[in-house]
Amino acid sequence: MSRRSWFGAVAFLALLATLAFLVIPVVAIFADVSPARLLDALGEESARDALWLSLRATAIALVIVIVVGTPAAYLLASRDFRGRALVLTAIELPLVMPPAVAGIALLAAFGPEGILGSAVSSAGIELVFQTAGVVVALVFVSAPFFLRQAIAAFAALDGRFLEAARTLGAGPFRAFATVALPSVRAGLASGVALAWGRALGEFGATLLFAGSLQGVTQTAPLAIFADFSKPDGFVSALALSAVLIVVSAALLLSVKLLGGDRALEGSSRL
Amino acid sequence: MVVFAASSLETAMSEYAESFSGADVKGSYAGSDQLAAQIRQGAPADVFASADTEYPAQLFEEGLVEKPRVFAGNRLVIAVPAGSEIDSLDDLTKPDTVLVIGDPSVPVGGYTRTVLDRLPAPQREAIVANVRSEEPEVSSVVAKLEQGAAEAGFVYATDVITAAGLETIALPERLQPDVAYAAAVIAKSEHKAEAERFVEGLIEGDGAEDLRRAGFLPPP
Repeated sequence: MSRRSWFGAVAFLALLATLAFLVIPVVAIFADVSPARLLDALGEESARDALWLSLRATAIALVIVIVVGTPAAYLLASRDFRGRALVLTAIELPLVMPPAVAGIALLAAFGPEGILGSAVSSAGIELVFQTAGVVVALVFVSAPFFLRQAIAAFAALDGRFLEAARTLGAGPFRAFATVALPSVRAGLASGVALAWGRALGEFGATLLFAGSLQGVTQTAPLAIFADFSKPDGFVSALALSAVLIVVSAALLLSVKLLGGDRALEGSSRL
Repeated sequence: MVVFAASSLETAMSEYAESFSGADVKGSYAGSDQLAAQIRQGAPADVFASADTEYPAQLFEEGLVEKPRVFAGNRLVIAVPAGSEIDSLDDLTKPDTVLVIGDPSVPVGGYTRTVLDRLPAPQREAIVANVRSEEPEVSSVVAKLEQGAAEAGFVYATDVITAAGLETIALPERLQPDVAYAAAVIAKSEHKAEAERFVEGLIEGDGAEDLRRAGFLPPP
């Protein structure tokens, strides 16, 4: 056996093991719950409330992340300044932060006794036990996923196109909107998909910071956790999990399609 | 040996576990409903100590635990941050009072609903309207009170003893639910002798003493 094919075989086995390990738990959820039971679970009011809340809260969070994050990422990618590495690290910190730590951190910052708590409440904003608090938690944990991808995408942009646009008389905003944005579409889209996925799965920070109440703060993952511990709740937890997987997969796929992700078209990048 | 215990038992149980001789005891503390669900999924525990008698009884019927034994009692109370203006059950009906209770499936949430169900409908509805979060275990209700996020919560009397800066408002006797804790040896336990001795000690012995010191009542 030649050296090359020996390595090829090992890599192939590694891929098989990776696929099996990542796919089996997902398949198990669908194998354990019949389609009829899945529809039944969707009919339950608490499940519908949780899914609807999850969709609404993650959508609002993502809009905030995209609107604020895109120009911020553009600036970080196109300018070099002292302390840039520090800023980048600070932005990425929530990526590696355990969700429970994120929840505690949010309470310490914006909770009633947090350092900004009185400022927040005197501005007439209520976060703890409110849907707004869920959105804050989702933005906090998901923004770094988007920012990372967006910064990388803008950084890979060929500066000459922007210069050309500027030379042709486009202002900085016009150059950003008509030249930079369209060319980083795929990068931004994959950032959106990752951030959305993280937001949909958010659990610990939401529970600690916003609490859990049906229709207000009980998102789908919190409902799954509540279902799990109910007598005979494992089946409804499975059903809700199945729905969440389908929704996440649909989001991931549609965002990638919209972004024109080449990986979906089957072309290798090597 | 692994002991699954209701989160309200944490202080007393960890002391007992530490002093228990003959086995190295590891405690896992969570809502009794979560622990019961984990036992149903085959979690490797040796003792289950629940904040009610329902969950151990269900698991016993399913053949997952040996016959449960009641080992302690407790009282449900209203807890408020020290210096709160709330000083009666009636104050919980005031609009915009931030009230936090247990999820319906966790025992403390069940006892809370027993109390609420004994109230006249208008009073009950006014209180329920103030519920801002249903927490998965009593310890997270306590945490929300300690952080000042909530203004009042239904918890066990023993929780207020260990919590920092909280005060107790007793419930009228006619509303007080029967809070009873039951423990059982897990049927599949590989340390049955030690597990039985552990449960025995909760009823009379070192465990019972640790429980009384933490404010738990003798079994009702």
